[in-house]
Amino acid sequence: MISKDEVIKIAKLARLELTEKEIEKMQKDLSAILDYFNLLKKAPLPRQSFAAQSDGGKNSNLRKDEVIVQKREVVEKIIQSAPDKKDDYIKVKAVL
Amino acid sequence: MNLTNFSIKECHEGLENKKFSSKELALAYLEKIKKSDLNSFLNITESLAISQAEEVDEKIIRGEGIGLLEGIPCAIKDAILVVGEKCTAASKILENYIAPYDATVIKKLKEQGAVILGKTNTDEFTMGASTENSAFGVVKNPHDKTRVAGGSSGGSAAAVAADEAIYSLGSDTGGSIRQPASFCGVVGLCPTYGAVSRYGLIAHASSFDQIGPIAKNVEDCKTVFDAIKGKDPLDATSVKQEISNFKLSLRGASNQISNLRIGVPKEYFAKGLDPEVEKIIKNAIKKAEGAGFKIQEVSLPATEYALACYYILVPSEASANLARFDGIKYGYSEIRNPKSEIRNLLDVYLKSRGEGLGAEPKRRIMVGTYCLSSGYYDAYYKKAQQVRQLIRQDFTKAFDPSADGVDLLFCPVSPFPAFKIGEKADDPLSMYLADIYTVAVKLAGLPGLSLPVGKIGNPSTGSGQGLPVGLQIIGNHFQENKILSVAQEMESMIQ
Repeated sequence: MISKDEVIKIAKLARLELTEKEIEKMQKDLSAILDYFNLLKKAPLPRQSFAAQSDGGKNSNLRKDEVIVQKREVVEKIIQSAPDKKDDYIKVKAVL
Repeated sequence: MNLTNFSIKECHEGLENKKFSSKELALAYLEKIKKSDLNSFLNITESLAISQAEEVDEKIIRGEGIGLLEGIPCAIKDAILVVGEKCTAASKILENYIAPYDATVIKKLKEQGAVILGKTNTDEFTMGASTENSAFGVVKNPHDKTRVAGGSSGGSAAAVAADEAIYSLGSDTGGSIRQPASFCGVVGLCPTYGAVSRYGLIAHASSFDQIGPIAKNVEDCKTVFDAIKGKDPLDATSVKQEISNFKLSLRGASNQISNLRIGVPKEYFAKGLDPEVEKIIKNAIKKAEGAGFKIQEVSLPATEYALACYYILVPSEASANLARFDGIKYGYSEIRNPKSEIRNLLDVYLKSRGEGLGAEPKRRIMVGTYCLSSGYYDAYYKKAQQVRQLIRQDFTKAFDPSADGVDLLFCPVSPFPAFKIGEKADDPLSMYLADIYTVAVKLAGLPGLSLPVGKIGNPSTGSGQGLPVGLQIIGNHFQENKILSVAQEMESMIQ
């Protein structure tokens, strides 16, 4: 059984505010779900490891890390979606 | 004339022969959607549909030829972006979010003249097997309104089953196209991972998510799949690989049916399978055998681990993907709440997410965060990645021609037919068990299709109407055309 303190700690890591009732239900649900995961303990190891499959980035599909210029129209729409903004900037609260 | 019960091909012929216009067609569907009590649509895109239909009608009047999908009304899962229209993913956190661009699949459909009727209901962020996790209410099953339509693409499946759209797009992370298709008695294809671009699909678990078609018959399903597939520079995981152009030849000396080997994985007929579902699936397999397909039992020994493996990896990926909902960039924000007591940036995150996200996304973010946190990573995430490899190996062996392998696998989509609304809603683990036959396919990135092959007499409505049961047809990577050809053959056998 996962403890209430653990639930609170994970919720904080996950940036979720939970009500007292939600914490209680989460404790129950998470415990049942994590118990079920114990099934994997008896699973054998695969013939080839997950890491061995990686090609070290040689045949990577990833595009170059470069700025792709977007249409002004799309940029405006994206900025419009922000709840708090000034000109072309998205405003955030003070970090501390 | 009833305009809302044609297949794509019939509709196309009707448009070409000017039996009806695309606008008449769109209006007939829109009227039906507005009158419906299934809750399959979250947003009706009426003016978009009408303007698209009018454009096609003008082309027809000008005497220009039209493509197969041109002027044909469709529905889109509300996790796929259609520019200028709301896209909520059935979440309160995106209740007023307007899509700033088109998903690649939408761009492709628009180029082919599709008429988009609206956005369909889903479980919140596509997380669920019944649409009961939608922030905007459950979708009712057209075959029995006291039962769920399945999920997460429940709206897309119910809309097609109830003739509220000719075809629809859904998305499948662990069964979200195949299972609602099975529950609603329609055809649903989850393509190979990478066969269809995910650009513009709201992310759930990025190494699993795949967009696919839901339609009334196999031919329509193939038409839509052909229209949306292909490599996309905007999705690095989409691949160029040629999809095999397999076509079943049924006549003469080249009759291929007898050369096709169908595997029946014994682990998919273990305890927990509803006996009525088992009977219908076995009966379908018997018919296939009667038609000449070679049927053989196969074993996928890692099957028992699939569900646990899936429910570690998917929430882990989801916990990272859903970090973007922070109350800063878009969607619900506590900044806009005048009563909110926000002191700093952390408060914005905590409160916006706490208020905007529903119970299931929260649960999955918590499970994912737990499995990825230091101290638990090796026991959960790393172990699950190893098991994923184990499951892939099972399928590789089953399809390996040099090891007596098969062409396709036949098994159930779901262990039971559509269940009652509310039956599993409070017990997340029992809801997860609904995915038992659909998740392994996704762990291996394989394509799978749900084909309606029978109905179970429904105790709650008497035996007259029944609850549909879907046969799952699984193929090797990029063998969609083999799946579709065999499904089409099975379809004609069963009708």
